[in-house]
Amino acid sequence: MLTFIRKRSVASLISLVGLVILVFFLSRLTGDPTDLYLPIDATDEMRAQFREIYGLNDPLIVQFGHYVGDLVQLDFGESIRKARPAIDVVLEAFVWTLQLAVITMALVTAAAIVVGSLAAFRVGGFFDRVSGVLSLVAASAPDFWIAIVAIVVFAVGLGWLPTSGTGTPWHWILPIAVLFIRPFGLIVQVVRGSMINALSSAYVKTARAKGIKTRKIIFVHALRNAMLPIITVIGDQAASLLNGAVVIETIFGFPGVGKLMIDSILQRDFTVVLASIMVTALAIFVMNLLIDLAYAALDPRIRH
Amino acid sequence: MSNVPAMTDGTVLPDEPSAPRRFLRMLWADKFALAATIILLVVVLMAVFGPALLGDVAQKQNLRGRNAPPFDWERGWLWWMGADSLGRPLLARIIVAARNTITVAAGAVLCSALVGTALGLVAGYASRRVGEAIMRLADVIMSFPSLLLAVIVLYILGPSVANVVVVLAITRIPVYLRTTRAEVLEIRERMFVSAARVMGASSRRIVLRHILPVVLPTLMTIATLDFAYVMLAESALSFLGIGIQPPEITWGLMIAQGKEHLTRAWWLSFWPGLAIILTTLSLNLLSNWMRIALDPTQRWRLEMRGRSNG
Amino acid sequence: MADHLLEVRNLSVEFHTAGGVVKAVNDVSWHVDRRETLAILGESGSGKSVSTAAILDLIDMPPGRITSGEIRFDGRDLLKLGAAERRDINGRRIAMIFQDPLSHLNPVYNVGWQIVETMTAHGQSRAKAQAEALRLVTRVGIPNPAEALRKYPHEFSGGQRQRLMIAMALAMKPDVIIADEPTTALDVTVQAEVLALLKELQGETGMGVVIITHDLGVVAEIADRVVVMNAGEIVESGTTRDVYHNPRHPYTRKLIGAAPGKGEMHAPLSTAEPVLKVRNVMKTYGTFKALDGVGLDLMAGETLAVVGESGSGKSTLARILLRLDEADAGEALWKGRDLFRMSPVELFVLRRDLQMVFQDPTQSLNPRMTVFQLISEAWVIHPEILPKAQWRRRVADLLAQVGLRPEHANRYPHQFSGGQRQRIAIARALALEPELIICDEAVSALDVSVQAQVIDLLNRLRREMGIAFIFIAHDLPVVRDFADHVMVMRKGRVVEYGTVRQVFEAPRDPYTQALLAAGLDPDPDVQAARRAERLSVRA
Repeated sequence: MLTFIRKRSVASLISLVGLVILVFFLSRLTGDPTDLYLPIDATDEMRAQFREIYGLNDPLIVQFGHYVGDLVQLDFGESIRKARPAIDVVLEAFVWTLQLAVITMALVTAAAIVVGSLAAFRVGGFFDRVSGVLSLVAASAPDFWIAIVAIVVFAVGLGWLPTSGTGTPWHWILPIAVLFIRPFGLIVQVVRGSMINALSSAYVKTARAKGIKTRKIIFVHALRNAMLPIITVIGDQAASLLNGAVVIETIFGFPGVGKLMIDSILQRDFTVVLASIMVTALAIFVMNLLIDLAYAALDPRIRH
Repeated sequence: MSNVPAMTDGTVLPDEPSAPRRFLRMLWADKFALAATIILLVVVLMAVFGPALLGDVAQKQNLRGRNAPPFDWERGWLWWMGADSLGRPLLARIIVAARNTITVAAGAVLCSALVGTALGLVAGYASRRVGEAIMRLADVIMSFPSLLLAVIVLYILGPSVANVVVVLAITRIPVYLRTTRAEVLEIRERMFVSAARVMGASSRRIVLRHILPVVLPTLMTIATLDFAYVMLAESALSFLGIGIQPPEITWGLMIAQGKEHLTRAWWLSFWPGLAIILTTLSLNLLSNWMRIALDPTQRWRLEMRGRSNG
Repeated sequence: MADHLLEVRNLSVEFHTAGGVVKAVNDVSWHVDRRETLAILGESGSGKSVSTAAILDLIDMPPGRITSGEIRFDGRDLLKLGAAERRDINGRRIAMIFQDPLSHLNPVYNVGWQIVETMTAHGQSRAKAQAEALRLVTRVGIPNPAEALRKYPHEFSGGQRQRLMIAMALAMKPDVIIADEPTTALDVTVQAEVLALLKELQGETGMGVVIITHDLGVVAEIADRVVVMNAGEIVESGTTRDVYHNPRHPYTRKLIGAAPGKGEMHAPLSTAEPVLKVRNVMKTYGTFKALDGVGLDLMAGETLAVVGESGSGKSTLARILLRLDEADAGEALWKGRDLFRMSPVELFVLRRDLQMVFQDPTQSLNPRMTVFQLISEAWVIHPEILPKAQWRRRVADLLAQVGLRPEHANRYPHQFSGGQRQRIAIARALALEPELIICDEAVSALDVSVQAQVIDLLNRLRREMGIAFIFIAHDLPVVRDFADHVMVMRKGRVVEYGTVRQVFEAPRDPYTQALLAAGLDPDPDVQAARRAERLSVRA
C-alpha cells in the first residue's frame, strides 16, 4: 500500500510540476498587469515602481527562479488584486468550494445509487423508463441556463429564495440544487448499467438459490460488486466540482475557487492563479487516494 | 442466459440484411432514438442553410420591436419566439446561431477524437515508458484550467470560431486518450491478437486492423456524448465572455446576452437554452442507442423489438 | 399418488430470443428419491439445466415462460407457490451446487460470511451458524478451517472452491441437492475427489442428488439412474447400467460411441531426424517456475500429445514455441535453426511453417471480421503465398476441407456454433500451409460428439497433408486415439515421455498412473469395479 501511495505521489508530482511551469509561462502571455492596475495617466516612474515591487522587470526565467525559490519555503507570493498573500485568498475561497462540493456530492451519491439500483432491478419497467428519461434530461441540461431559469422562477417570480450571496442556509439551496442535476443524471446511468451487470452475474444466481431476500440481493450482494465503476464516476464528478463550478459560482455570486480563478485570470493576478491550481491539485490528489482506498476496502481482490 | 439453448452443430443463422437497412430498422425500433435523429437532422439543416436564408433578418435591428414577447401570432412566424433587446427575431437568430454552435462542437470533437485516439493507440501498444510519458501528458492537460487556456488563446490568437475549437479540442483529448488506452491494454491480451501475431502480423496491422475496429464503437458512443458536453462547454465559455465574441452568435452567447434582461424578458435566454437541451438530449439518446446497435452481441434487443412492433 | 421426494411432471419452458421463441424443454418428466442419485445427461443446448432452474425459481420471466407442467415437492406444486414460500424452500430444503464456483461465489465477501448467510437467511442465530460453518468447512476437507472462513473465494484453488460450494449447499441439511456440472472446470484428479465427497455426504445425510452433466464418465461413477436429453426432450431414461449397455435411442448410441479412448492406438512412424528439437527450456514468472528444463523431439508429420493439469506449464510451452512469450533459457531447433534466437525477419518467414489453433474459438476469431477476412488475412500478411485473384476460390476450398460450406465465407464468427468456429480457426491455420500446428486445448471447450468430429478432421489433415501436430490437452482419453507420442507434464517438468501404447498400457511415473486411474470410464461396470478396488485398498 505504501509503495502504491509513493508511486502515485511521484506521478502526480511530475504532472503538477509540468502544470506549474506551463501555467507560469503561458499566463504571462495574456499581458502585463501594470496596465490594469495603474490609472491610465500613470507616469512611467509609477509604472517602473509597480513593476519593481512585483518583480516584473526581470526576464521571465529569472522571475520563475524567484517564484520557485519562494515556493520551496511555502511562500506563494502576493496577490496584486487583493494585496494579501495569495495562499490566504485561495484557501478562503477553497473552503467555500469544498463545502459546496461535499454537500452536493453526498446528496448526488445517495440519490443516484437508490434510483439507479431500483431502475436496474426491473429493466424496462415503469420506474426504469421514467428515471431513464429524467436522468437523460438532467445530464443534458446546461447548468447555467437552469440557474437562470431557477432564479427567474424561485427568486424573482416566487420570491422564496435569495438570488445570490452566502449569508443564510437559504442561500445554499439554489446553487446546490443546480449543481446537483448534471452529476445526478450521469451517475444514475452509470449505477443502472453497473447494477444490471452485477444482477445478471453468477453469484446473484447463487444467492437466489440460497433463498436470500430480494432487497438483500440488490443492496448487499450486487451493489458492493457494482460500486467500483460507480466510485470512478463519482470521483470524476467530484473533481470537476473541486475545480470550482465557475459559471454557477459567478451567477450566484458565490465566493468559491472557480469565481476566484476566472477573476484572477481576467485581472492577471498570476500568483493567485498558480496558488489555486496547486491547492485544487492537492485536493484532487487526496480525493483520488481516498477513492483508491475505497476500491481496496470494497474489493478484496485489489488489496494486494 | 445460460438457460437459453445455444445453437447445435450444423445450424447457422440466416444471412443478415445489408448494413444500412439494418440500422434503419434498428432505429425504427427505438422511437426515442428515431425522434433524436430527426431533431439532429433539423439542427444540421438549420446550420447548413440558416445563415444563407435568414442571415440578414437575424442581424436587422428593429428598435420598435425591442424585447417583443413571444406567441404573438399577428406577426410573421420568425417572431413567434419574440425578439431580443435590439428587436431582432429570436427564432431567426436561433436558426442562424446553429451554424457556429454545431461547427464549434463538431470541430472540437473531431480534432480531439483523432488526436486522442491516435495517442491512446500508441500509449496502449507501445513500450511501457512511452505509454507512461503520454499518460503524464494527459494528466497535465486534464488539470490545466480550461478557462485559463481560453483566455490565453483569446488574448494571443484573437477571438474566432477556429480558436474556440482549438481550446475545446485540447481540453477533450484526454477523454479519448484514456478510453482508447484502457481498451487497447485489455484487447491486446485477447486471443485473436495472439492469433494474428502467430500469423506474423506487424504491430501496425494488429493495431489498425484488429484493435481499432473493436475500440471504434466505444469511441463513437463517447464522441456522441462528448458532442453534447462540448456544446455545453462552448456555451459556458461564451456565457463568461471568453468564448465566441459578438457579432458572431451561438446559442450560449444568446443566453448570456439575455441574462441582463432576465426579469423583464425571460424568453431571451429561455429559447436558446431550450435549443441546447433538445440537441444535447438527442445526442445522449442517440449515444445510448448506438451503444446497443454497434454491439453485435446486444443488437438483437433492437432487432427483436423492431419485429414485434411492425 | 406415488410419492417421490421431488418430481418434475410434463414441464415445458420456452424462451424469447433473437431467433424467435425457443422451446428450451418440452414435456420433461423425471423424479428423484431419498438416497438416490439421478443424472441428467446432455450436451450444450440440450436444455439439461432448465428444469432444475425452474425448481429453484431461477428462470427470469421474461424472457422465459413456463408453459406447462408441475413440480411436486412435499405434496405441493412448487410452481403454484408464492415468491416468499419458494425462497423458504431454496437453500433450506433444496440446495444447489453450480459449475465454475469462482464466478458463483460472491468475490467481495469472505466465504465464512457466505456460508453463514445461508443459515441466517433461514432463521438460524448467528452464533450457531458460525459454529456450524466451521464444522462444515472442516467436514469437506479444507485445511486450516478457522482461517479459511475469513478468506475470499479468489484465495482458494478450483477444487477447494467447489468443496466450499458444497459446504454452503449442505448448511441447512437439505433433502435434495442439485449439482450443475459440478466438476467440469476441475482437473481430473480433483474431479474424482469431489465426486467421492458428494457420495460420502449423501451416505451420511440420505439426501437425494440430481447431477447435471455432459460427461458419461461422471454418470458411470455416481448415478443410479440417468435421463438423456437432446434438443429439450428426454430421449431415454433408465438405470445407468441399462442405458449404457442397451441404448435404444440413436442419440444415446451416438453419444456413447463418441466417448474418446476406444479406438485403435497409433504406432509411431519410423524414426527419422526430428524437425523440432527442444532442449532444456526454462521460464519463470516472478517466483513461479512455469517451465523447468523441458525438452522434446518431434518428427515430421507425427503427433505429440502434451498432457497435464492446470499449472503444469503446457500452455506456456506452446506460447514459447510460437514466440508469443520469450523463454528464459534453452533452445528449440526448427530444422536445425534455433527459433528462440531468430531475428524478426527470420521469425516472419518461420510463421508460415508454425501455426496454432487456440482453445476457445470464440476468443481467437476477431468478432468484427468475416470468415473470408479471417482466412485471407494470412495472404495479406504473406502475399507471396497466393495471388489475390485466387483468394475467393482458395477460401472456398479450405472451408470445404474443414467441412463447412463456401457460402459461409461472408458471415461473422458469432453466427456459427462452437464446433464450426473451431473449424474456421483450423482453416485459418491451414491457409499458411504450415508444417506444424500446435493445438492448445483445441477441443476441450467442445461437446463430446463435436470433439470427436474435430479430432477426425485433424486426423484426416495429418494423413492427407502430412502436417505434424503438438496437441495439448488436460485429459488423457482424448489423446489416446490421436497421438503417436505422449508427454506428461507436471509443475513445469516432463514426468513421462513415450509412445502412446507405452504411456497408456505401462505408465512408469506414479503421477501418470494417478492421472489414468482418476479418469472416468463411461462404462458403469468398469467404474464400479474400480470403486470396489479402491475400497479394498483402503480397508
